[in-house]
Amino acid sequence: MIEKLPAKKMVITGDYAAAYGALLCDVDVVAAYPITPQTLIVEEFSTFVNDGITDAEFIMVESEHSAMSACIAAQAAGARTFTATSSQGLALMHEMLFVASALRLPVVMAVVNRTLAAPIGIWCEHNDSMPERDSGWIQMSCEDNQEVLDMIIMAYKIGENKDVLLPVMPCLDAFILSHTVEPVEAPSSDEVAEFLPKYEPQAILDPDKPMAIGTFTPPEYIQELRYQTHVAMEKAKDVIKKVTKEFASKFGRDYHGLIEEYRCDDADVVLMTIGTVTGTAREVVDELRQKGKKVGLIKLRFYRPFPAEEIRKIAENVEAFGVYDRAISYGSGGPLFIETRHALYGLDLPVLNFLAGLGGRDVVKGDVEKMYEILLKAKEEKPKEEIYWIGTRGVEI
Amino acid sequence: MNIKDLPDEDYFTPGHTACAGCAAPAIVRNMMKIFGKDTIVYTPANCLLVFSGTYPHLAWKVPYLHEAFENTGACISGIARAYKKKGRKVIALGIAGDGGTYDIGIQALSGAAERNEDAIYVCYDNEAYMNTGIQRSGATPYGAATTTTPAGKKILGKLEHKKDMAEIMRAHEIPYVATLSISHPKDFLEKVKKAKETEGFRYLHVLSPCPTGWRFDPSKTIEIARKAVDSGMWTLYEAEYGEITKIYKPKKKIPVAEYIKGQGRFRHFTEEMIEELQRWVDRKWKRLYGEEP
Repeated sequence: MIEKLPAKKMVITGDYAAAYGALLCDVDVVAAYPITPQTLIVEEFSTFVNDGITDAEFIMVESEHSAMSACIAAQAAGARTFTATSSQGLALMHEMLFVASALRLPVVMAVVNRTLAAPIGIWCEHNDSMPERDSGWIQMSCEDNQEVLDMIIMAYKIGENKDVLLPVMPCLDAFILSHTVEPVEAPSSDEVAEFLPKYEPQAILDPDKPMAIGTFTPPEYIQELRYQTHVAMEKAKDVIKKVTKEFASKFGRDYHGLIEEYRCDDADVVLMTIGTVTGTAREVVDELRQKGKKVGLIKLRFYRPFPAEEIRKIAENVEAFGVYDRAISYGSGGPLFIETRHALYGLDLPVLNFLAGLGGRDVVKGDVEKMYEILLKAKEEKPKEEIYWIGTRGVEI
Repeated sequence: MNIKDLPDEDYFTPGHTACAGCAAPAIVRNMMKIFGKDTIVYTPANCLLVFSGTYPHLAWKVPYLHEAFENTGACISGIARAYKKKGRKVIALGIAGDGGTYDIGIQALSGAAERNEDAIYVCYDNEAYMNTGIQRSGATPYGAATTTTPAGKKILGKLEHKKDMAEIMRAHEIPYVATLSISHPKDFLEKVKKAKETEGFRYLHVLSPCPTGWRFDPSKTIEIARKAVDSGMWTLYEAEYGEITKIYKPKKKIPVAEYIKGQGRFRHFTEEMIEELQRWVDRKWKRLYGEEP
């Protein structure tokens, strides 16, 4: 139970938005371990607990591995759980992420995207969450602090859906969101309770109805479980669309499902971005449009499930397609680029990859302008390169 | 508490696939008789996980969870807190082997103990990674041959002594720490009952002789467990909040040479090795009993 909280406008950090979102969802158990730049989330939540705003159990574990282990166990025992981490912490949890999804336990975890060492750094890079692509978690990225708060609420609604029952990982960019204050509209606790009903677990550890969860399982059975999890992830696409629609009608903010299109209708070239770079790209699109350039933008919200169909539909009508990545799969390309090319297989158009902002370097308007410049040129003549390292010392473009 | 007072009801049932002579099923079955129905069991990777049931078979009659190897302390914390939030009293019980306790699981265990989670942690200690085929662990005694510390031409078995895990747990000053042996059933049952009746974090450490890994006749399990106690290789005591409140002293202390006899893992022992193991036992004896052996 939480104290009744009125709807209010707050000027808060992305981390506060994540913690407040979890509070509004009336989570039962939180298990977390501090790591920069996620720390504000655990600090804020501790304050909610110690001020008596929530009677949630907060397990201040000794590692991220234990944080996820405890969340899984608590969720298996019927609790709605929440945790948060970053970078090294997420990597330490890696093993347990697969357990949460395979046991079909809709844990929600905010991930503050931070560079994964080496060398050690604390700034924004997506090379922490993107390697968790195959872990069976629904993974999405936020553009601003409002989306962080809203997405935590939607994450429970999506993950707990009976057709889905998968854990959800809303991601937010380190410092750019986590430690930057923005005005955020918070709904009241009553409104959230109407939108998000009480968690009703499918199967729990209950002495009155004993059952085993996660037992030793031979090959005769595991492949079907894998298939079912894959189907659930596919089904999540429709659920995500439905939930964002329902959220829009209740709270007035529409996130358009898996992706958000911006001025794509008559675009010749389209760039797909993720995370906070989207805001910068919107401005660049507006300016280029004023100059008569027919450019469009896709904001990718969900990395898993990947909205291949939606992206392909847009790509079918453009002459060049760009993908922005804030992570690199060495020897191949940016993770989103690899994914997008797979989605656009067979379409006759250049698909280019732009790498920028790795290790937390700022991605400024000039960088995004460069991306559009390359795309517009690719529409005219076949590009020499597929992958462009924007603003990288020692690399000529 | 005596054997005849034990309830008939079993929560760990026959039909499991443990090796003949394995102490673990006897340990678990008798503990579960006392812990009872309102218990939720977590086991990490260990023999128990495998022999207690391969899907769709199961020897457990209580809710049962497995997640991974190194996280028993964290998992029982999660179960305990979820039920605390619900306002329902259950026993969150973790049963880990020595590898999952001494080595890979010590961090999560120490964390849960420090937080004084309302949970019971049982270490059944068969002194090596038996499930993966008898590899050495921090619990393996000095000199013992395992598949990773073989009795070779140059090096004869494990070079290091057994880590004193129960003492590490006592240093956490938790409500209850006890060491148990199935060779002493009355003492065993009383300690399990006391653990059940205590609140906060409780740690029970049971020696679990393993005929397969220790290479002894499966009919000798109890006898070997008794010799471990009588020789001082295994010491029965209990501690509350860090203070030893009860300690069992063998009426007649037998030399380690008598304990290692009949166990294939010690077959290669030289006189010097026996002396080294005896010195370890004597140091431990002095520390725990406060007197010369």
